[in-house]
Amino acid sequence: MSYQLQNRGNKPTRFGFGEGVLEAAEMNPKVVGIGADITGSVSMNFFAQQFPERFFSMGIAEQNCMGVAAGLALEGKTPVFSTYGVFAALRTTDQIRISVCYNNLHVIIGGAHAGISVGPDGATHQALEDIAVMRVLPNMTVVSPCDATQTKLAAIKAINELNGPVYLRFGREAVPDFTSEGQNFNFGKGQLMKEGKDISIIATGHMVWEALQAAYQLAKEGIDARVINIHTIKPIDEEIIIWAAKETKAIITAEEHQVMGGFGSAVAEVVVKNFPVPMDFVGLNDSFGESGKPEELMEKYGLTSRNMVNRIKNILSSA
Amino acid sequence: MFRSVEELKETARKIRINIIRSLAVSGSGHTGGSLGLTDVFTALYFGILNHDPKNAKWAERDRLILSIGHVAPVLYATLAQSGYFPVEELLTLRKLGSRLQGHPGREHGLPGLELSAGSLGQGLSVAVGMALAGKMDQKKWHVYSVHGDGELQEGAIWEAAMSAAHHKLDNLTAIVDRNGVQIDGKTSDVMEIEPLTKKWSAFGWEVFECDGHSFKDIVSTFNRAKATIGRPSVVIAHTIMGKGVREIEGDYHWHGKAPSEEQATRFIKEIQDHS
Ligand SMILES: Cc1ncc(C[n+]2csc(CCOP(=O)(O)OP(=O)(O)O)c2C)c(N)n1
Repeated sequence: MSYQLQNRGNKPTRFGFGEGVLEAAEMNPKVVGIGADITGSVSMNFFAQQFPERFFSMGIAEQNCMGVAAGLALEGKTPVFSTYGVFAALRTTDQIRISVCYNNLHVIIGGAHAGISVGPDGATHQALEDIAVMRVLPNMTVVSPCDATQTKLAAIKAINELNGPVYLRFGREAVPDFTSEGQNFNFGKGQLMKEGKDISIIATGHMVWEALQAAYQLAKEGIDARVINIHTIKPIDEEIIIWAAKETKAIITAEEHQVMGGFGSAVAEVVVKNFPVPMDFVGLNDSFGESGKPEELMEKYGLTSRNMVNRIKNILSSA
Repeated sequence: MFRSVEELKETARKIRINIIRSLAVSGSGHTGGSLGLTDVFTALYFGILNHDPKNAKWAERDRLILSIGHVAPVLYATLAQSGYFPVEELLTLRKLGSRLQGHPGREHGLPGLELSAGSLGQGLSVAVGMALAGKMDQKKWHVYSVHGDGELQEGAIWEAAMSAAHHKLDNLTAIVDRNGVQIDGKTSDVMEIEPLTKKWSAFGWEVFECDGHSFKDIVSTFNRAKATIGRPSVVIAHTIMGKGVREIEGDYHWHGKAPSEEQATRFIKEIQDHS
């Protein structure tokens, strides 16, 4: 497994989402879009401009949008409904739980502007609880790709290959785009991004790039860190996690999300049950976000490669 | 309490200028709605609300709930102009560590801020809860809640509206910023909300309309609304997004955009010159 790990240029993952939906929709006439007044900022405008007759403006009414998506899916359409993650996952949780998940319908939910890197809009707009809430819903697939290219693939495959509800999480800011178009991307299969034997950094979303930077830094100091990208948080790739636990001495997870109940918890569930090793978790610790520049917030809340490096040295010295 | 129309106009001018200054320094934020609501906010804080900027938590104050957290800049600039905190603090808008969050957050301790908000459609329910509590305790204070016209597309607004009428909350006045636009375009294109006055009256509310840029009209309408007995009242304020800066007036692209430094200088000059 080898991936191109150079940054080809920064690109927002939401653009990948918009491109993926458009590409899938060109092949598949059943794809329909639902808009809740932020069509442009979640990149659904690519689709809406190309296929106005398949795009329904529903106003600022997310709960209605989710129910409407369920109805469209029941009649054989493949609805894509995207809004900010805070509203996509949290405003509509009951509609998702009952109308979408309990009916096990193929609805693609785009959770845009995820994480604290949303920046100056502040806490209300920073989705930091969506992974936790979405991953506990039966039938739901939760996907959190690491860059724009992978988000595009995930959107196309979520539309073409999956049958049930999907929560697809992506961000607002331009971040390094480093995985290849031709990559091996399969739901439920983690990706080994860098081999290593001393510790495994298991990351999701944009934090995969930060994890790689941490690993390169650690290499200079003689610590050989493995980096694993878990783009499908549910169903999670147990095999790659157990393998990491067995071969490396410790695991650290990284996510732009609350640690409690989130991605790190999902990894820990696998580790604790199968092969306990020391673990640490990089993410938000039970607090809301706030306004600030994205990079300032990533720094303040410890979501940087530098913080990962420090935390890893701590685990290894106490292990 | 009563200020002359001339005084209100002058105050609104200062508030508009401070909104633009704060947004230009922050580099992001919601210019259109903030400028559009400036006259309504000026009238409320300088002519209608019973409040004490030196004693922000005064128990007998009227409550103002900003349900549309995105227009925080007009709330902040009006609070500062009223004396709740120094005007210069407006230049910390949206910066790390500021009390002036992109969308209002109570945990940051800004005096005069009643509610954390930014997820549309929640504020009217909170206002209903406050008004119920005020009734229970036989309080004289009044609750005002400020809403966008796009925001009315949220179903929760109508659940709250029903409950306010059911409980005869005549200590509650909702305000609708009827500028006819939202993010994706014209409200009538995104999701029609008309017939709006009929909707509110069908839900049991006393409905008022005013020109949201005429102080005489705003003040007299709020006084009439407040005098409503036995049912909640709503003031539909007809406003223009971006009011005060001709090149952006009515343009929905300015819903969520901040002016550049160069634009800010030009906009401020226009507001100063146009008295
Ligand atoms: C529940 C929810 N959905 C979506 C948004 C994103 N959003 C912020 S403002 C806005 C448009 C609001 O329109 P309107 O109420 O007419 O305000 P105006 O554009 O006139 O300022 C949207 C969709 C939000 N803040 N909350």
